[in-house]
Amino acid sequence: MRFILRRLGFFILTLWAAVTLNFFLPRLMPGNPALAMLAKFRGPVNPSALKALEVAFGVKTHQSLISQYVGYLGDIATGKFGTSLYFYPESVGRVILDAIPWTLGLVGVTTILAFLLGTGVGIVAAWRRGGAMDSILPPTFVITSAIPYFWIGLMLILIFSEKLTWFPSSNGYDVTLIPSATGSFVGNVLWHAILPAAALLITTIGTWVLTMRNTMVTTLAEDYVRMARAKGLPGRRIMFDYAARNAILPNLTGFAMSLGFVVGGAILVEYVFNYPGVGYMLLQAVNNEDYPLMQALFLLITVAVLVAILMADIATAVFDPRTRSRG
Amino acid sequence: MAMMPVSTTTGPGAPPEVAPAPGPARRGARPALSRILRAVRSNRKATVGTALLVIFILLALFPGVIAHDNPSAEIYQRSLGPSGAHLLGTTALGQDIFAQAIWGTRQVLIIAIGVGLFSTAIAVVIGVAAAYLGGWWDGGLSLLTDVLLVIPLFPLLIVIATYVQNAGTLVLVVVLTLTGWSYTARQLRAQALSLRNRDFLEAARVRGERRFYIIMVEIIPTMTSLLVASFLTNALYAVLFGSSLQFIGLGDPNSNSWGTMLYWAENNEALQTGQYLWTIVPGVLILLLGASFALINYAFDEIGNPALRPVRRKTRVKRAS
Repeated sequence: MRFILRRLGFFILTLWAAVTLNFFLPRLMPGNPALAMLAKFRGPVNPSALKALEVAFGVKTHQSLISQYVGYLGDIATGKFGTSLYFYPESVGRVILDAIPWTLGLVGVTTILAFLLGTGVGIVAAWRRGGAMDSILPPTFVITSAIPYFWIGLMLILIFSEKLTWFPSSNGYDVTLIPSATGSFVGNVLWHAILPAAALLITTIGTWVLTMRNTMVTTLAEDYVRMARAKGLPGRRIMFDYAARNAILPNLTGFAMSLGFVVGGAILVEYVFNYPGVGYMLLQAVNNEDYPLMQALFLLITVAVLVAILMADIATAVFDPRTRSRG
Repeated sequence: MAMMPVSTTTGPGAPPEVAPAPGPARRGARPALSRILRAVRSNRKATVGTALLVIFILLALFPGVIAHDNPSAEIYQRSLGPSGAHLLGTTALGQDIFAQAIWGTRQVLIIAIGVGLFSTAIAVVIGVAAAYLGGWWDGGLSLLTDVLLVIPLFPLLIVIATYVQNAGTLVLVVVLTLTGWSYTARQLRAQALSLRNRDFLEAARVRGERRFYIIMVEIIPTMTSLLVASFLTNALYAVLFGSSLQFIGLGDPNSNSWGTMLYWAENNEALQTGQYLWTIVPGVLILLLGASFALINYAFDEIGNPALRPVRRKTRVKRAS
């Protein structure tokens, strides 16, 4: 319990650090970039929203830095993220809420798939040490780990969308359709999700395979595995109940953590496929100098990661008795 | 970029690496160098990785030898296919793609090596200082490391690069370095802590050596394998994230680099207009350079941890199973 409280304290501190970065970064840059942004939006945005922005970014304000900072912390704590400039007059909160389901659906499902597939392949590769799978896969995944996500996406678009025209290359669904809960609309959404999901799967699966394989190779050399063999237990039982069960811990904690990265994880894949999720919104905000939206998204992604790491800590404490006593 | 830039062989939650039992530092560079050379030659992954890296370094040093065209000159006929005059064709802006690809090596490599070296250096200073000084220093430095470790990196990079606008080589190196050192610092601190009560350090203390000497001559050399891994991991991370930032338009749009090439290709809808090479070539180059760092790193892991080496003889597998 003390361990978890200490971790909680650490996360509040980290969150504060992220908020503080948000506050000070634009002020530290030469010639406050917010000035240029505000000048650009002077026309279309109404004066009171602009006023709030000027305060938020420390432009033309007579307050001291410290009282600005306290005011900013207060706004964040009460969930006042302001108005989006690019999607004006929608509020930042609204824009984000619309984007979240897309990302959760696409990246969430893909992450779970990658974890299950990768861990399974890793177990078998380690079990059949020196087999065909074990000699081909690790070097392959070392190389796929060096491919930029977005480029895999571009290549998939080139092959399956431009050349074969099997799948659409952008958007979350056919824009001529009206979103509804019908089967045809859901089918359309799935059809649009296949290429981005494939891009994510290709780039993330390697880590799971390699981690699982490498830990499992170490567990297979343990005495209890030898003991199980000596008892004449069937191979399948040794593989899953003895070796894999003890080797899976790093992958499990990694999985809990990667769930947190789901929210911000697929920024570039969403960008390449114009997929209307959180990452795509972040880059929309960046390209259109919509700083309030950008700051809020950065905080959201950070919070998601923090919550996930906390869950990973708790999972480790539950699954691995050795960590409990450390407190 | 779903995950933190962990090394290719240790997953996000992998147990802390157990370094081979460190003895007193061996002095004299020659045996170490020949040992490394022998290791590189005997491991196929290391051979391939090193060969690739050497080729890229040569390209970065002497791009003019094989690419005679000016990479930024927009003087050729637009959107040509591959031909004798333009090996990989030309862009929609009338630049030679081959020249751009070759000349682009330099910036990527400078960023990779710069970030690899600087972030390793920062990690050494912070990690070793935290472990060696202990007490409040350790608390403060470890906290700083941990906070930076859990803030999602790529979004943070995007936010910083947005405010900087048109980040050139130097800015990219600084930003990638400042955000990238924490993972290694944590590993180095753990390694230094495990060393603290070793006999050879005690011996040095009893001899009356100064702290600085002990850290530089006795502690840091025992971390060589971690330092190499850190350099390679951070270099790979710099190649991928640097190119990604340039691709989404946060780099300097006039620079010569693979990420910037991809940015212009995407802006001119290269895939939709049939100019496939404009997108394929820079991506393949990023992949090859990244793979060279990743392969060398993985090979070093295999050399340091024999359990991971590929099994050659079937009979030994039989015995083990």
